[in-house]
Amino acid sequence: MNPLYLLRRHWVWLAILVIMLAAPFLFYDWSRGRHSGFALTLMSEMALMAVFALSYNMLMGQAGLLSFGHAILFGIGAYFTAHTLNWVKANDIMWLPAELIPLAGGVGGLCCGIVAGYVATQQRSTAFAMITLGLGELFAAAALMFMTFFGGEGGITTNRVIHSSIFGVAYSSAWQVYCLLIAWSMFAAILMYLLTQTPLGRIANATRDNYERTQFVGYNPRVVRYWQFILAGFFAGIAGALYTLVYEIVTFDTLAAVKSANALLAAFIGGGGGFFGPILGAVVVVGLQSGVSLFTSAWLLYLGVLFIVMVMYAPGGLIGIIGLHAPIARMGRLGELMVPYLRALVPTVVGGAGFVAVVELATHRTIGAAQGKKLSLFAMPVDSSSLWPWAIAVVLAVAGALWLRAEGRQFRLRWNALIEDAKARGIGV
Amino acid sequence: MSDAAIQLTDVRKSFGRTEIIRGVNLTIPKGQRHAIIGPNGAGKTTLFNLISGRFPISSGTITVNGRNTAGLTPPQINHLGLSRSFQVTSIFPRMTVFENIRCGLLWSRGYKYSFWNLLGSQRALNEASDALLERLNLHSRRNRPAGLLSYAEQRALEIGITIAGGANVILLDEPTAGMSHSETEYAQHLIRTVSEGKTLLMVEHDMSVVFGLADVITVLVYGEVIASDAPANIRSNRAVQQAYLGEEAA
Amino acid sequence: MEVFVVSLLNGLVYGMLLFMLASGLTLIFSMMGVLNFAHASVYMLGAYFAYTISLYLGFWPALILAPILCGLLGAAIEMYGLRQVHRHGHIPELLFTFGLALIIEKVVQMTWGMVAVPYRIPDGLDFSLFTIYGTQFPAYRAFMLLISALMFAAIWLGLTRTRIGLIIQASLTHPDMVGALGHNVPRVFTIVFAAGTALAGLAGVIGGNYRVTEPGMAFSMGPIVFVVVVFGGLGSLTGCFIASIIMGLIQTFAVVLDYSLADLLELVGIVVTKATPGAEFLTVSLPRIGALLPFILLVLILVLRPRGLMGTRDT
Repeated sequence: MNPLYLLRRHWVWLAILVIMLAAPFLFYDWSRGRHSGFALTLMSEMALMAVFALSYNMLMGQAGLLSFGHAILFGIGAYFTAHTLNWVKANDIMWLPAELIPLAGGVGGLCCGIVAGYVATQQRSTAFAMITLGLGELFAAAALMFMTFFGGEGGITTNRVIHSSIFGVAYSSAWQVYCLLIAWSMFAAILMYLLTQTPLGRIANATRDNYERTQFVGYNPRVVRYWQFILAGFFAGIAGALYTLVYEIVTFDTLAAVKSANALLAAFIGGGGGFFGPILGAVVVVGLQSGVSLFTSAWLLYLGVLFIVMVMYAPGGLIGIIGLHAPIARMGRLGELMVPYLRALVPTVVGGAGFVAVVELATHRTIGAAQGKKLSLFAMPVDSSSLWPWAIAVVLAVAGALWLRAEGRQFRLRWNALIEDAKARGIGV
Repeated sequence: MSDAAIQLTDVRKSFGRTEIIRGVNLTIPKGQRHAIIGPNGAGKTTLFNLISGRFPISSGTITVNGRNTAGLTPPQINHLGLSRSFQVTSIFPRMTVFENIRCGLLWSRGYKYSFWNLLGSQRALNEASDALLERLNLHSRRNRPAGLLSYAEQRALEIGITIAGGANVILLDEPTAGMSHSETEYAQHLIRTVSEGKTLLMVEHDMSVVFGLADVITVLVYGEVIASDAPANIRSNRAVQQAYLGEEAA
Repeated sequence: MEVFVVSLLNGLVYGMLLFMLASGLTLIFSMMGVLNFAHASVYMLGAYFAYTISLYLGFWPALILAPILCGLLGAAIEMYGLRQVHRHGHIPELLFTFGLALIIEKVVQMTWGMVAVPYRIPDGLDFSLFTIYGTQFPAYRAFMLLISALMFAAIWLGLTRTRIGLIIQASLTHPDMVGALGHNVPRVFTIVFAAGTALAGLAGVIGGNYRVTEPGMAFSMGPIVFVVVVFGGLGSLTGCFIASIIMGLIQTFAVVLDYSLADLLELVGIVVTKATPGAEFLTVSLPRIGALLPFILLVLILVLRPRGLMGTRDT
């Protein structure tokens, strides 16, 4: 095979690998010759969340199954890994090198998938969603009840430094662990990508598109979905294992509803239709979670609003939005959207700033002020108990929203004209 | 026995207290093109749903290629060599046309639920899918999402999915419904070629298609077979004229 | 015996509260096919609205105003949100209400703070109605029973005696048929959604001071209401009622019956010690499992009998 051809076809993978290897160096502390711990943890969290969201999308995007309990697979994988690490350490097991430890998580997720999947895939659509919801609550409650395996409130602590390694690496430094994490998350992601190209992967798509029809081309959709669930369990388990390696502690949070919701949010915001959407979604969600939460405690609200806006106006997710531009790009007329985009950007910024200001003022009044914090918005100190900042914020938010609506109409006209042009020229939409 | 592709013996089906199929006996020999006609509500589609296993029968027996289908699920009946299409177009709308056809082929080529074969490198499978697309005259649409095809193209695609698996018993439910005159002619031609050497059972309202294609016509009225004969005899059958053809034959 | 009677009464009160929430959800779910994740969030809003209104106007105006506010909010959600999402299909609708639940929880935290607010039982009802076996029965619980009974009667009359009620009844069993009858389906949907959320708001008003009014109340109540709806069955208000009462009783009795499997085994002569295999599992007591029971029920029902207790169709 021609290497150039391979590069052109698989450039996304290469780009992801390069970004993952290079990004930590942006935060590298050259004076002390050390990696930034925060950056490495953030990148690790993004990587393992991406694996988790991809695994979630094996159900949502690929098979049309909406799960509200995916975290149980993640959590069981994480607990399995923690126990395996402790066991290896206690007994000085030499045949299980550190590099293969994540497999323990995969096996844990797989086993959990075999049990939970059997129950859940008996039903479809809303009933499936509710079974997974029930299973998720069950596991979370059980985690607090059974001390031996789950460790109760305190969880299970472990130590990733074990003394067997294929490459002779101790995994005592954050950078070494990060490299192991890159390798495993890339490996898991590529495997999941390949899975979409197999008969099972395609038939899973078929059950999503038309459950009934699948039966009449000879497949039992339940069996298809059961297999898909089990495999998704394996990869969610690997994501859980990576979590254990990064944090060295597993608590019941790893299998609770919030974790499941995060996977859903990441997969949906990124876009479930294609393969790569959830990766983008994981970056956005973790970015909001870890980055924005440094500045405001209302990050979850912003995430929720982003999610709702996506559900209402862009059900294809971020990847879907990018995909919509493809026919216009192929015509080479993407430039014509520049001005409409800029014109829409101004009211978005105005309205967004107003909305953020309202939210921050409100948060400060109820939560921040009690903690004795001083509020500053856009680098200006603001007194949340006086009327003016509220009035300005509300006016900005409302004016921005109205202006955006007017601008949006203009934008849509331009957009439709371009798409019509593309259709007329026979460029596939 | 062994030369019957489909055999129905005193088949009955009730929904609640209403009996929709009231003791149907029907034998369709292998290789026959067989049409079922009848007024609306006669139970034609229900009959299809019973044969293909979508609904369980209330009493009687159905055999497909000599095997009793009692207790079998639709995929299991499909594995006996029976494949069907639907009255309301039923395809995989978000997948490409090519993938639609390939999904129809997978089971019969023995791929089952495998997740270790990469489809891109299955040359025989992909060539067979492309060849079928060529026959369906859909090759120019190969990489389009199936949901974006025109209505007639979607109907053709559905026939393609139905025959892709190489089933030797094919059930088509109103394959030309809603088509224009020229589209109907093309569909008739397509059905003729794809059912070559196979058993075809179809429900159809367009009499030109029925009389043009069928070797034997069965008339179903209120869940009962009132006649089953060669087209020429059906045309002159008094009972049929009264019950169904009515003004058309007069 | 006294434990039994007291628990029975408490279970009944809790069950009626559940029914007030679940009846609206059943109507919405059966008609529109939308499992409204934000339903319990509106219950929470009802409690908070009532708290704020009762600070200024007192409890009785709050009893009327808070549910109306919730109903208006519900109507707005249906008209400007759900209808927009509806064309994308059921899964986006579900996700929309899910996102809404997230946002409402955050907004409540922002407006009223992270900790519980002191929303109290009105003074006029803060006395003990009667005493059984030495345990006092608060008048407020009787008041809750009264309100829920009144509401039950109102729903029943509304469904059987009004034109729109008959349409709603028809669409509970045959949701796809109503449009064919030439009725303005979107408006019926809006009305049902608004009425359902108003009921949830009412449940919040009388449940918020009976239990605790805090930002986590939606999250803890939501799944239980789902269990009730599924258990009762789609399209059946009677099933929903029975399921609510059963669930209320189960949860109340699970708390007071302090037994475990180990105790059961002891009756037949097997003593469980720490060394017994599975001891941890066997010694878990019923009150601790109490929280699990609804979810075990939910999973079992969905797997074994997806149409629920009295449902007319599968979930």
